[in-house]
Amino acid sequence: MQDPSARHLATQATSSFTEHLQRSRPELLPFGQALPAGTVPPTPHATTIVALSYAGGVLMAGDRRATMGNVIASRHIEKVFPADQFSVLGIAGTAGLAIDITRLFQVELEHYEKIEGTLLSLDGKANRLGAMIRGNLPMAMQGLAVVPLFAGFDTVMGVGRLFSYDVTGGRYEEQEHHSVGSGSVFARGALKKLWRPNLPEEEAIAVAVEALYDAADDDSATGGPDAVRQLWPVVYTVNRAGNRRIPERDLAAIAEEIVESRTVARREA
Amino acid sequence: MTQQFYVSPEQLMKDRADFARKGIARGRSVVVVSCADGIAFVAENPSPSLHKIGEIYDKIGFAAVGKYNEFESLRQAGVRYADVRGYSYDREDVTARGLASVYAQSLGAVFTAEQKPFEVELAVAEVGLSQADDHLYRLTFDGSIADENGFVVMGGLAEQVADVVRAGWESELDLAAAMRLAVKALATDKEVDALPPTAVEVAVLDRGSESSRGSRRAFRRLGAEDITQLLAEEA
Repeated sequence: MQDPSARHLATQATSSFTEHLQRSRPELLPFGQALPAGTVPPTPHATTIVALSYAGGVLMAGDRRATMGNVIASRHIEKVFPADQFSVLGIAGTAGLAIDITRLFQVELEHYEKIEGTLLSLDGKANRLGAMIRGNLPMAMQGLAVVPLFAGFDTVMGVGRLFSYDVTGGRYEEQEHHSVGSGSVFARGALKKLWRPNLPEEEAIAVAVEALYDAADDDSATGGPDAVRQLWPVVYTVNRAGNRRIPERDLAAIAEEIVESRTVARREA
Repeated sequence: MTQQFYVSPEQLMKDRADFARKGIARGRSVVVVSCADGIAFVAENPSPSLHKIGEIYDKIGFAAVGKYNEFESLRQAGVRYADVRGYSYDREDVTARGLASVYAQSLGAVFTAEQKPFEVELAVAEVGLSQADDHLYRLTFDGSIADENGFVVMGGLAEQVADVVRAGWESELDLAAAMRLAVKALATDKEVDALPPTAVEVAVLDRGSESSRGSRRAFRRLGAEDITQLLAEEA
């Protein structure tokens, strides 16, 4: 039996930033707010994310469009973010909540690292993200769902791993590749044909960009490469060295090559 | 009921201060030095896992001497304060000055209100774009706060160690030179000329972490190999 003060200390000591906020500043959490009755007005939605494994790691790519009903809400939005040194996450669904959940998740990982002096395991990170998505379930039931995709390099096992989620926070480890968002069906079809085991990094990036191109071709909510505004997908790779954002000019070259090869082929798809 | 003897407030505060000072002087010293490459933290600490130096935020580091459980709880409180602030406002709104003033308030409150004061002394450092923008704050057990220029020495025989640092410090020192100076200073009260790399804990707030490492987090802990290498470099 512990004495009351020791028990108090044990319950106060947490390495989780989310738990700390729940106790001391619950109003700062993106989820857990009681929504009043009524329907939520239209809000921007983030769309397609693809992720795939390649030789030595995993990569994630997202298009640049957010939609609100039939309107394009943003052409510049970024939906793939570094979570910490060895992981990235992409988000689909209600953009406002998703971006705040991403911010919370980034702080959560950094907070744990600073308090404990060590990195959280990749499974630990994936579980924390699942708990956050579950926390958002009441909002999802009001139509404000957030569905992330999580990829990271497991430094213990020495492999890149991929996790998908459902709105209840269910966490599923994916093999080879996966996609989420409105254009995911089309991206997935493209990935099935384009992906193969042990792709070199440059080819893997091209495969991801092409899968997004196919998604944009058939899904009006997904944005394709925009040569007029010079907008290209956001792509992050994660391998043993950590995560890296692929520079704009590399993506521009890859996107132009895809458009050119499709033009030359002179076929419907 | 036992009779309470009257103790004058002056005597009470003096007793508490003496108690805290004794506790701090028993420990080993920590040196924080601002140099051309950033801010170096060097602590005499034989343990590789119980740290006296820690990361608080992107540009802010923490060093402490005294009782481990007390400064560790203060460090964790500092990380929580900084993360909540950075999350609710913005990352650039977290400053060493804000953190130091929160520390000063809690140390001051504990000093006057609690059973016993904290037997700790803290340094909070923020690295800036240039050396003129660096901030070094020293916080003592009673909640006093001092804005230091160039370097901070705390704990153990702080005066003797500070004399050595003061004699050798100049603003143009690079990281290796600053570390050598700190390690030399920490060895003043010892029989040996310099401490072995395994007996010191070293961390640095890199001034150019964005350009050199692509990270906004400037704090970097140095391993035994890095320390040996930097100490071996001849000026």
